[in-house]
Amino acid sequence: MTATSLPTATITTSPQPASAHASADFTPRYWLFAAPAVLVVAAVIVFPWLFTLYMSSQDWKIGGGPEFVGLHNFRELFNDARFIESMGHTAYFTILAVVLPIVFGTAAALVFHREFPFRGLLRTIFVMPMMATPVAVALVWTMMFHPQLGVLNYLLSLVGIGPQPWVYSPNAVIPTLILVEVWHWTPLVMLIVLGGLAGLPAEPYESALIDGANDWHMFRHITLPLVWPFIMVAIVIRTIDALKAFDTIFVITQGGPGTASETLNIFLYLQAFQFYKIGYASAVVVIFFVIIIMLSLLLLYARQKSKWNA
Amino acid sequence: MSDIILKPTRRALMRGAAALGAAGAIGSPMVLREARAQGAFNWKRFSGTSIDVLLVKNPRSDLFQAAEKEFTELTGIKVSSEQVPEQQQRQKAVIEFASGRPSFDVSGISLHVQKRMAAKGKWFADLTPMIKDAALTSPDFNFEDFGAGAVAYARQADGALDTLPFFVDYWMVYYNKELFDAKGVAFPKTMDEMAVAAAKLNDPAKGVAGFVSRGLKNANVPVWACLLLGQGIETTSAEGKLLTDTPEAIWAGELYKKLNKDTGPVGQVGFNWNECQTTFMQGRAAMWLDGIGFATPLEDPSKSRIVGKVGYGVTPPGPKAHHAGMFGDGIGISRGSQKKEAAWLYIQHMTNKAQQLAMLKAGAGAPARSSAYVDKATIESSKFGKQYFDCLLDSAKIARAALPQIVPVTEFRDVFGVGLTNMIGGADVAAELKKATEAFAPVLAKSEQG
Repeated sequence: MTATSLPTATITTSPQPASAHASADFTPRYWLFAAPAVLVVAAVIVFPWLFTLYMSSQDWKIGGGPEFVGLHNFRELFNDARFIESMGHTAYFTILAVVLPIVFGTAAALVFHREFPFRGLLRTIFVMPMMATPVAVALVWTMMFHPQLGVLNYLLSLVGIGPQPWVYSPNAVIPTLILVEVWHWTPLVMLIVLGGLAGLPAEPYESALIDGANDWHMFRHITLPLVWPFIMVAIVIRTIDALKAFDTIFVITQGGPGTASETLNIFLYLQAFQFYKIGYASAVVVIFFVIIIMLSLLLLYARQKSKWNA
Repeated sequence: MSDIILKPTRRALMRGAAALGAAGAIGSPMVLREARAQGAFNWKRFSGTSIDVLLVKNPRSDLFQAAEKEFTELTGIKVSSEQVPEQQQRQKAVIEFASGRPSFDVSGISLHVQKRMAAKGKWFADLTPMIKDAALTSPDFNFEDFGAGAVAYARQADGALDTLPFFVDYWMVYYNKELFDAKGVAFPKTMDEMAVAAAKLNDPAKGVAGFVSRGLKNANVPVWACLLLGQGIETTSAEGKLLTDTPEAIWAGELYKKLNKDTGPVGQVGFNWNECQTTFMQGRAAMWLDGIGFATPLEDPSKSRIVGKVGYGVTPPGPKAHHAGMFGDGIGISRGSQKKEAAWLYIQHMTNKAQQLAMLKAGAGAPARSSAYVDKATIESSKFGKQYFDCLLDSAKIARAALPQIVPVTEFRDVFGVGLTNMIGGADVAAELKKATEAFAPVLAKSEQG
């Protein structure tokens, strides 16, 4: 069989769709066209991953040489109380940072979907936080959270409430960080859901009104199922964002007080860029990657399912 | 280990003080002699060379950069310098030096964090041969002018002087005289008295804390380490053994907890030096234990509400010893640099007497040169009063390195910093120190092996 004879033979002898014989078309000359993309993907995605995997099997500190330790870094990680604690903080932070903006963003979308005076102006104001740079936002909130000099405690004092520790309390730090996340990212959810609402057909609502449905019934049985695919998109985006959240947490608390807001990303940063333990940090990256892959598959499945149901 | 270098510090500082006096006694004839010698030295021999410099972002680096034009006019050497925030500068230095080909010829380092790391990684060239080379070192450089304590602090265990110390930071107690007078409290004479005074001055109803210091993990370790010096020990022994769960360390931990938990402001657990400074400047704290290098804005009316009311007190003695925690910065030449001689001229110029005096005038920190402290005109014209300079000189006499001279200093600060933060939250001091010591011991052991 030669490289040039096969396509001709396939065309003349087979009446089936081309896709069924796709494999027969991948002769070396076709691979040439894909080669640049394959090389780029290999260089910027595959190689870093393989190298990270390699580093995770080494005892390697910047300034010293690598030493092969197999799975030792992973065993050590699962015996590291701070790593386990950081996983818990990540889960806690992610759940709140996804659920609350989704709820508030959907509610805001329902409000802004209705006609009322100055709707455009108010909608513009509402989405403004989303446009701000996370580090700048974090610095502003840091000043506002200052227990003695921050504006938040000043405002509370006006209504007779004493000073709150905000991010300076181990118990309050994650909920307070969530406050920043909600303020920052609820507009994004609102925009996505608003887009979904704008495309909804009017007929189901007319039928429901004729059948005597109230607002809640229409929301529960018509609006929510129809916009659910859009909400799922928002959930996927927010979950990815919340899992990789670093800048806001690092600027405001650096993982503190103590380790109270130390998420996986902060833990990883400390290991890699404060303690220079590259092998150990790479093991964290590998575990984090596995978690993200599993979660992404789960969310993509849920999203696909919501599309099928819709 | 570290103590071999650190123990002579007191003697070294005495020598420094003697040198300081001598410098004053020599006076103007020396200036004339140096002016003549200056004329003979060839500053232009490396004209046309360009050097790259990595600096930490701070007021001292501002002074360096301000002097670059003058340096280029003097030498014909072009300087490309960048200031990077402290944490990022440290990371950049570590990664670039580890690469073997750093992009800079000169770099500043924090001696209290990176000294051992620099020695282990062979980051810098030994400056000693260049200092001794009359063709490379201007006669008016006068290396002897650098305080012996500061030089001992910068010198590595093998005797190499791979960085030139140019800034020393002594820990002392800032106090609000107005608050002290209002309650009739005298400045504490011992560390225990400090806790008693803080309790008397603490007035949460008026939003005034008796005491403020760093509570943020990592940043808080120097506070505890300075209190531990009052027991006459550091966090590691001369043999490199951790002394962090000893009765003395627990005593220092209890005092740290008492001062911060009982008399500290709300949210102190997340305070670094800047939050402490802001709180103290706003008149919300009666005492603040920290480095003397943070004094600059306290006497600035546009930033401070307590201008003219700030007292500068030497860290009080502990039960067994009287020390002021010492920290400092050095500047060195990359071992791999191809422009070492030009880089050495840069270092000479940036650490000359005029530059060090400018640092003192600006309140940008305590210079390493002794001559800066005998310039009466500067002291008299300074916005900081005599008490500030007395505190500085008295602290220098009892200075002792507070942080351990080990490679994993950052990890040490992180592990023990978490424990200290937990203490402010009410955790048991002995249990926290035991836990931190057990967690850090293998890290230290491993770092000494490699």
